[in-house]
Amino acid sequence: MNPSAAAADDGRGPLLIAAAVAALPITVLIALAVGAIGAPAADMRHLLEHVLPGVLLNTVVLVVGVTLLAGLLGTVLAWLVSSYDFPLRSVFAWALLLPMAIPAYVLAFVAIAGLDFAGPVQTALRGVFGEGLRLPPIRSTGGVILVMSLALYPYVYLLARGAFATQGRRALEVAATLGLTPRQALLRVQLPLARPWIAGGMALVAMETLADFGTVAVFNYDTFTTAIWRAWSTLYSIEAALQLAGALVLLVAIALMFEQRARAAQRHTALGGPAAPRRRLAGWRAAAVTALPATVLLLALVLPGIALGAWALEHAARDLDADWWSAAGRSVALGLMAAALVCALAIALAYAVRARPDGTTRGLARLATLGYALPGTVLAVGVFLPVAGLNNLFEAAARAIGADWPGYLQGTVAVLLLAYAVRFLAVAHAPLEANLGRITRSIDDGARLLGAEGLALLRRVHLPLLRTGLLTAAALVFVDVMKEMPITLMTRPFGWDTLAVRVFELTSEGEWTRAALPALAIVLVGLLPVALLLRRAERPG
Amino acid sequence: MSARRALTVLATVATAALLVGCSRPDTPAAAAAATPPAVAAGEVVVYTARKYQLVEDLFAEYSKATGTQVRAVTDDAGPLIQRLRTEGADTPADLLITVDAGDLWYAADQGLLAPLESRSLMASIPANLRDPSNRWYGLAVRARTIAYSTTAYTPEAFAAAVKGYADLAAPAWKGKLCLRSSKHVYNRSLVAALIARYGEPKTEEIVRGWIANLATEPFSSDTLLLQAIVAGQCSVGIVNHYYLGRMIAEKGAVPIAIRWPDQDGAGVHVNISGAGLTAHAKHRDAAVKLLEWLATPAVQARFAAANQEYPANPEAQPTDIVRDFGAPLQDPIAVAEVGKLQPTAAKLMDRIGWR
Repeated sequence: MNPSAAAADDGRGPLLIAAAVAALPITVLIALAVGAIGAPAADMRHLLEHVLPGVLLNTVVLVVGVTLLAGLLGTVLAWLVSSYDFPLRSVFAWALLLPMAIPAYVLAFVAIAGLDFAGPVQTALRGVFGEGLRLPPIRSTGGVILVMSLALYPYVYLLARGAFATQGRRALEVAATLGLTPRQALLRVQLPLARPWIAGGMALVAMETLADFGTVAVFNYDTFTTAIWRAWSTLYSIEAALQLAGALVLLVAIALMFEQRARAAQRHTALGGPAAPRRRLAGWRAAAVTALPATVLLLALVLPGIALGAWALEHAARDLDADWWSAAGRSVALGLMAAALVCALAIALAYAVRARPDGTTRGLARLATLGYALPGTVLAVGVFLPVAGLNNLFEAAARAIGADWPGYLQGTVAVLLLAYAVRFLAVAHAPLEANLGRITRSIDDGARLLGAEGLALLRRVHLPLLRTGLLTAAALVFVDVMKEMPITLMTRPFGWDTLAVRVFELTSEGEWTRAALPALAIVLVGLLPVALLLRRAERPG
Repeated sequence: MSARRALTVLATVATAALLVGCSRPDTPAAAAAATPPAVAAGEVVVYTARKYQLVEDLFAEYSKATGTQVRAVTDDAGPLIQRLRTEGADTPADLLITVDAGDLWYAADQGLLAPLESRSLMASIPANLRDPSNRWYGLAVRARTIAYSTTAYTPEAFAAAVKGYADLAAPAWKGKLCLRSSKHVYNRSLVAALIARYGEPKTEEIVRGWIANLATEPFSSDTLLLQAIVAGQCSVGIVNHYYLGRMIAEKGAVPIAIRWPDQDGAGVHVNISGAGLTAHAKHRDAAVKLLEWLATPAVQARFAAANQEYPANPEAQPTDIVRDFGAPLQDPIAVAEVGKLQPTAAKLMDRIGWR
């Protein structure tokens, strides 16, 4: 990667860089398309007739519901902590991120174990109000939307907060000059300015929801992903599964195209300047504003945390051995390596788009980030097929020159990291792209006048301005990799069992309380460093 | 942290990651980071859908006793079989362990398992619990049975009302039945067994009756289902016997009893957790030895006990909890037949709308 080439204004370099980054995901998509050929017609007919109609409706309801609710929660919470001063604000500011580290499937199980008919809450209530008491079931459409929104709102919150925090005072000053009240300023100035961030966050939430399998499985809520899994796992037709996956990717691509077009109509130029001062709240207003983040944290973090902690304690004595610590170490190592790799690719891609913002480059960038909407298992298959092909090619080449090929390309960490890169490029791309949009051409021109060119321009001017986006991107990828299950399971080499693998092994045997220990560790090991990092990032300098 | 330093750190880690990741497994850098995938003699590599916590103690003991290192990769059967398919002749796997006969049948059907004529295995494992072509052998038996609330019914009353699976379709059970999701292989396998027993139309009628009797949406796990029976949300359900066994092992007395279905007829539906030798095994002899060891009576008892199952080897004893469940008449149909019918069963369940 050579970002200076991307920053320069010649046409071919950026296109090549974008093409190089997009080559990985495109290879995966092609492999999936090839693998999809030859699905038995009878299986496809069965799926179309009996499975797809129901799951399509379910999927639309779930994706729209979760994206709107998570978007609303994330945006409102970000706006509150960046615009107002109220009790515990500085704690909320970073604590509201912590639920990001709780995998949605874990939150789902805690919710069902706690709130279903047989759970402690309803059992206690029946003890008070009589056996006839019936409450709205948690295992319902509303329940799954609520749980997924609580697990995914941090993606929007993180991006939106970065936007509000860096909008600067001048935009608000202009709004005040025009006689806008703070609320009007939010709706007419701040929100439109933060739109790329919020939209980016909501797009991530939508894609994550589409690709989710674990959470909907716990709720037994059938979605498109379920149908893919069904074709594969119950009809034993990987081809039919890949055809469905292809349809899913196509839908996502179309949706993203519309989003892109809507966004392209707007220009986003930061006025800059120091951050706007926060308005101090007191009395009932302060109490009311404190209540929202407090409630969200209680539901998404504190109560599940207590449940997980209690379960973990039951099993800690037996399960906490040396193996366990090395699993935690591998989780962190994979998270760090993936974050570094994915951020590097995302920066290259974002610069390429910036230097050559035409349809081709943008299209390549879109293709490159589609992997986030693919169910992990499907993506793993798409990575496996070309790697196996490449392996055979090397083997043949080695044989041709009489050399010996160890024949284990599949079993290296590189394959796992490549799969992560395809899956999580979107996660790093969203904040970096939004951030880079803030760095205007006039900043470049000004820097050039002062003698900063090429790499120096990147290092001395862009990087300090990109800090928020870069740290956000790295943190998101790190935590996502810590939680990731299907790709890790399928492509990990021997000995690379992580915390998420532990969670899988226990939960798939129904041992949810034993899974609490590794689940809690994912939260602790993954998130505290991230929260600290982001706190530092908030400080100037 | 300055952004520059952050980027330097990122770049360094990225480079290191790529170096580690791309280097051949036999280089020192990779060896330090990961256990090298290249396997030496005296090792067996196992792809297992039976979860590691259920087999790790036995594998560790075997390694210690024989010096043969057993290395396992866990995942669900689907991805493991796909992995075997993709790796082809290069696969490092010697054994495939699944928790369902259907998955073994499918792996064998895809040519991923090799026939294994082992006299000792054939003597240990009954014919209906293994592949007719000897490509896989059952190692533990689980029964999918009817369980009911002893708070709601006396054993006599329940036994008089319910003789088998089909009785749960009667309108008398409306609003009283709990089922697990149709997505789980255990239910698919049960419906496949019913198709083999009664034919498709009759099975569809029975299963429609079940769905009409549901007290609540299907559960995502048998454990949650049993808890719902305890709480009184429903009074009867269909579960694998060992989930109740585990619950009893953990909590002591539980107000749930087992009613073995169809004891005057075809018997309770049983499935297996079993293993097969892969077609491209690199350590064939060592793998066969491990498999034969797993089928010996003493090991069989422990293999089954880890999960409160019935040993596949009739000479081995189950745990006390399982012995107290009784020794039911088991559906004698070959589990291989049931595996073959699974796609048909899946389609039937989709048509009916069993979620």
